[in-house]
Amino acid sequence: MKVQVLVRLKEGVLDVQGKAVEHGLAGLGYEDIGSVRVGRLVEFDVDCGSFAEAKDRASKACEALLANTIIEDFEIREPAA
Amino acid sequence: MNISLIVFPGTNCDHDIEYSCGDVLGHTVTSYWHSDAEIGSPDIVIVPGGFSYGDYLRCGALAKISPVMKEVEKFAQSGGPVLGICNGFQILCESGLLPGVLLQNTSRRFLSRFVSLKVESKNTFFTSHLSEGDVFECPVAHFDGNFYIDPSGLSELEENNQVIFRYCDQNGSVEPECSLTNPNGSLGAIAGISNKKGNVVGLMPHPERAVDMLVSMIGGRTGNALSRQTEVNRELFSFQA
Repeated sequence: MKVQVLVRLKEGVLDVQGKAVEHGLAGLGYEDIGSVRVGRLVEFDVDCGSFAEAKDRASKACEALLANTIIEDFEIREPAA
Repeated sequence: MNISLIVFPGTNCDHDIEYSCGDVLGHTVTSYWHSDAEIGSPDIVIVPGGFSYGDYLRCGALAKISPVMKEVEKFAQSGGPVLGICNGFQILCESGLLPGVLLQNTSRRFLSRFVSLKVESKNTFFTSHLSEGDVFECPVAHFDGNFYIDPSGLSELEENNQVIFRYCDQNGSVEPECSLTNPNGSLGAIAGISNKKGNVVGLMPHPERAVDMLVSMIGGRTGNALSRQTEVNRELFSFQA
């Protein structure tokens, strides 16, 4: 079962990378783009029968390793077919 | 003292520890590899700096799940003294032995320079022979040294006297908003902390790189700062009770 995990810094945590990208975009003339946040997309297969099960496993994997929940939130998605 | 030194793929400050703690201070230093399921019977464990596992995923995230860290955790939980420097600090935070996390420097730059540090607590095995309020110079070298913790975590740290070093100016004045004296933007200018018990300590600066006069602030600032700061950095690693 394919799963996508989106890991993002929590709101209020300074996103230094996002700031750098925002400045870069502004330098290219994209001053209309603001509030840039950079996250991480992790894709994997879970060997199980349903997405609900896969989601549960993925959630545990996030808590154990994929996200640091002090600073990051994660969202588990079923990839579009 | 017997020191067990924990080495991961990408660790690069292990030789600095061997030199400072072994050659200069006369401790016995034994290295353990990330895949080892034992750490000997040390008096102290040191997790040195570097870029364990290439900083993949997050700094320290992959190191925390390596077999050797299980042993370090057991040692720490039984009250054994554990010191994490730079990447070692990041690893101890990721593994939950220390609270908080290290974010990217607010300057978006890799910082490689000397900083002034103020001793805030002598309540740990690492700082017990210093004086609170002592100011000394120490090198830093990191991209992710911006200490962060949520507000309740921060008040807990402060209440329990777990902040052990803060970045400051040469006179010991701490100004968290000042990018010169708090160069990575750490919350409260925090440079080093301990756990509640005081047996686990982490700091971003590298005192092990400043125990030798040859590489300590030559061409440095004020007159006696040079010899005094080498002395303080050595005292840190003397590990006397």
